[in-house]
Amino acid sequence: MQWEVVIGLEIHVQLANKSKIFSGASTAYGAEPNTQACAVDMGLPGVLPVFNGGALRKSVMFGLAIDAQINERSVFDRKNYFYPDSPKAYQISQLYYPVVGKGSIDIDLENGSTKCIGVTRAHMEEDAGKSLHEDFHGQTGIDLNRAGTPLLEIVSEPDMRSAKEAVAYMRKIHSIVRYLGVSDGNMQEGSFRCDANVSLRPKGQEEFGTRTELKNINSFRFVEKAINVEIERQMDILESGGTITQETRLYDADKNETRSMRSKEEANDYRYFPDPDLLPIVISQEEIEQICTTLPELPDAKCKRFVTELGLSEKDARALTSDRDMADYFEQVQQSIDDARMAANWLLGEVSARLNKNALEIKDSPVNAEGLTGLLKRIKDNTISGKIAKDVFEAMWEEGGDADSIIESKGLKQITDTSAIEAIIDEVIVANPSQMEEFKAGKDKLIGFFVGQVMKASKGKANPGQVNQLLQKKLKS
Amino acid sequence: MHNKTIAELISGLEAGEFSSVELTQSYLDRISSLDQHLNSFITVTSERALEQAQQADAQRAAGQAGLLNGIPLAQKDIFCTKDVKTSCGSRMLDPFISPYNATVIEKFNASGAVMLGKTNMDEFAMGSSNETSWYCPVKNPWALKAVPGGSSGGSAAAVAARLAPAATGTDTGGSIRQPASFCGVTGLKPTYGRVSRYGMIAFASSLDQAGPMTRTAEDAALLLNVMAGLDLRDSTSVDKDVPDYTGSLNNELDGLKIGLPKEYFSEGLDDAVAKVIEDAIKEYEKMGAVVSEISLPNSKLAVPTYYIIAPSECSSNLSRMDGVRFGHRCENPRDLNDLYIRSRGEGFGPEVKRRILVGTYALSEGFYDAYYVKAQKTRRLISNDFNNAFENVDVIMGPAAPSPAFNIGELMDDPITMYLSDIYTIAVNLAGLPGMSIPAGFVNNRPVGLQLIGRHFDEAKLLNIAHKFQKVTDWHTQGPGQFV
Repeated sequence: MQWEVVIGLEIHVQLANKSKIFSGASTAYGAEPNTQACAVDMGLPGVLPVFNGGALRKSVMFGLAIDAQINERSVFDRKNYFYPDSPKAYQISQLYYPVVGKGSIDIDLENGSTKCIGVTRAHMEEDAGKSLHEDFHGQTGIDLNRAGTPLLEIVSEPDMRSAKEAVAYMRKIHSIVRYLGVSDGNMQEGSFRCDANVSLRPKGQEEFGTRTELKNINSFRFVEKAINVEIERQMDILESGGTITQETRLYDADKNETRSMRSKEEANDYRYFPDPDLLPIVISQEEIEQICTTLPELPDAKCKRFVTELGLSEKDARALTSDRDMADYFEQVQQSIDDARMAANWLLGEVSARLNKNALEIKDSPVNAEGLTGLLKRIKDNTISGKIAKDVFEAMWEEGGDADSIIESKGLKQITDTSAIEAIIDEVIVANPSQMEEFKAGKDKLIGFFVGQVMKASKGKANPGQVNQLLQKKLKS
Repeated sequence: MHNKTIAELISGLEAGEFSSVELTQSYLDRISSLDQHLNSFITVTSERALEQAQQADAQRAAGQAGLLNGIPLAQKDIFCTKDVKTSCGSRMLDPFISPYNATVIEKFNASGAVMLGKTNMDEFAMGSSNETSWYCPVKNPWALKAVPGGSSGGSAAAVAARLAPAATGTDTGGSIRQPASFCGVTGLKPTYGRVSRYGMIAFASSLDQAGPMTRTAEDAALLLNVMAGLDLRDSTSVDKDVPDYTGSLNNELDGLKIGLPKEYFSEGLDDAVAKVIEDAIKEYEKMGAVVSEISLPNSKLAVPTYYIIAPSECSSNLSRMDGVRFGHRCENPRDLNDLYIRSRGEGFGPEVKRRILVGTYALSEGFYDAYYVKAQKTRRLISNDFNNAFENVDVIMGPAAPSPAFNIGELMDDPITMYLSDIYTIAVNLAGLPGMSIPAGFVNNRPVGLQLIGRHFDEAKLLNIAHKFQKVTDWHTQGPGQFV
């Protein structure tokens, strides 16, 4: 039987607020356990939450960026469940009236086409703390530093049909929140996490199959792997005539398998109800319009502009705009040297290769936009050749320093003095009499050999154009 | 000294007739000799009280006396008080020493008031008789075999017995007004949002409100002046100017329009209580008030509505008492579930458990719309009844409770009748209105309170109406024989 995969994602994005969503405590990552948990975060008797408006603004920005309905009135609800890292034994979230309603984004498929994925809703909520199972001699420690960190949960429609599409969707959301600056999107620190709902149905059937939910997947790679192993698992069951159990499953990256966490029967009844400690969150149409004017250019618009105004290929433009830091870097270089193609080639070539090799983000690149600009300018003014430029770039990357000082200290400046080049040519002709004979006998192809020899003798510094020209003259004289 | 009102004590302190230390010591002495008969205090903070009194005297000497400088007060044990046990009447919080002060406590501290101790109460404010307290029932100073009412029974008893000139209470469904009625003191539940709830351990967040329990309306005004106002730590507190509540106490009542809801004078009301209330209304007529009968047609929905909303909210509010971070924890838990089940099973008493169960049920999937959502709708109907009534009258009057104080143990096995003892007070919380109970007479030597209900934020008018009554009657000056 032919099966169709159906995937929906719930993405938890940590909003980039300095303080928590319902208290004044800091959200900075990595502090000593419980040093960033105040009385409110600890859920002491008598404390009350007070909403931090910054989370609203960021959520609205996201909603506007995906053309979603923004609800002028949204309401916080309590999601009740007992767990040690949930200090109040309820999470403050938004069930009945979320701040962001229906919207959509376009994702790019491998065949070059785009596909529209629906976003059902996005709502604000608080994060839980963390249980620490090591170092407590069989007991469990609780760190409430993360409790109360503002999150935006973005819920998609079940519109994705493969793990690849799911990853493309996740990347697109990641790109948007980073462009907007509403989240740092740091996946190692848990600022961007994903739950995936996966089901299979016979191709052509309208009704959805029974789904499982894969919890807390925190990298693009794992999302793809986790979904694919879950698809395989479900397909094996269905092919052998079995049925899927609706349940929550956990992905084990080490074993590359998913494991049952709890079944539908064991699922919590969260007993949602409006939180009586908080007033409804109200935002006016004017405020929404004001926020709209502050939205930066988003990846799709930027990509389109790079193609139409800068003449880049769709593929290069897409690659440069998926990450905002990369796009900003590119634009800075491009504007300084006024050569989009050269800037793009260097960024997607040399710079990207080195970043990948060292697993670095563009913002952590040892050569910044200013540094690369300095280097490319020396190519454009013929101080160095493109080939030498790669050596200079390597030196800049490894040792630091700007292009000019490296060119100077390593004596890499291009030789453009005609007499100096002619002297080298003469030496090369003298040193290769047999090749000279053949050339004179009509073997024109050997011009390449002579160019190579001259460049080698000049340690690559001779201007290749001049070498070519002068050689032609000498050899034919 | 102990028969003086706060207004009189302030004059005495100002005139140098006595110091706050002397005043505080005299109350501490009374508590230590008399509270054994009442059990109105859970914690007496003698040392801290005397330190605060010394500070207050020094501040007065330096010309920096706050509004309640040197005045001893008792605080209901529902308010978090830094470094002092804050039990909420429960075994669950018996080990809880609060690391912070409630806003109300901070405000009293800033005013120079002295805290004598923490008063007994129904467990987590759930009860109408003070019998659900983990620390044993409080007795009514007017009749030691009677209950003082609840949940602020300890505060009411302490004020009636002159163990404190005034106390704080909290009122979720009548917990200030009903014990005020049973103990013959003046109790004011302000408009929802008038007094900060920060640091006041939550029972039902949309209904809870703190207020003063005093011997006179004037004293209630003096306390409310300190307690009221916006608090940025409580999103439900309201940004509205706080008037000087003593400023309008003596306004004339000529032409005051009083509404008497016919539903509050029907079946279920003790005849003798009805007589006391009718006599009190006559006093107002003598002062020129105009009385008319009104109807609050949805009154019968108040108790069932309340017993969905309050338990629902409490089931969630009390979930944080899980034995993990503070409060009671069972011995040697086997695992996490065992820790939860036994800590909560041991920490909570039967009434609290009953309400948690009711609330959990009402919020459960499949029942939520039928119970909680429906209760919110009937709540709106009840609120509308009051809005309609206030188009024609300035104040609504009636009994605070259907009977005088009942005896200890009388209703413990009959929760429905117990719940009905709040039948006249609950609707006021559902509508968020201010309400008062003032002493209006006696039935079988047990006090009876007259309830006044005002428009939102009409506390000044209620205090004015109460004060004028106290100018022409002396019910409020009478004290229980053995404690006067």
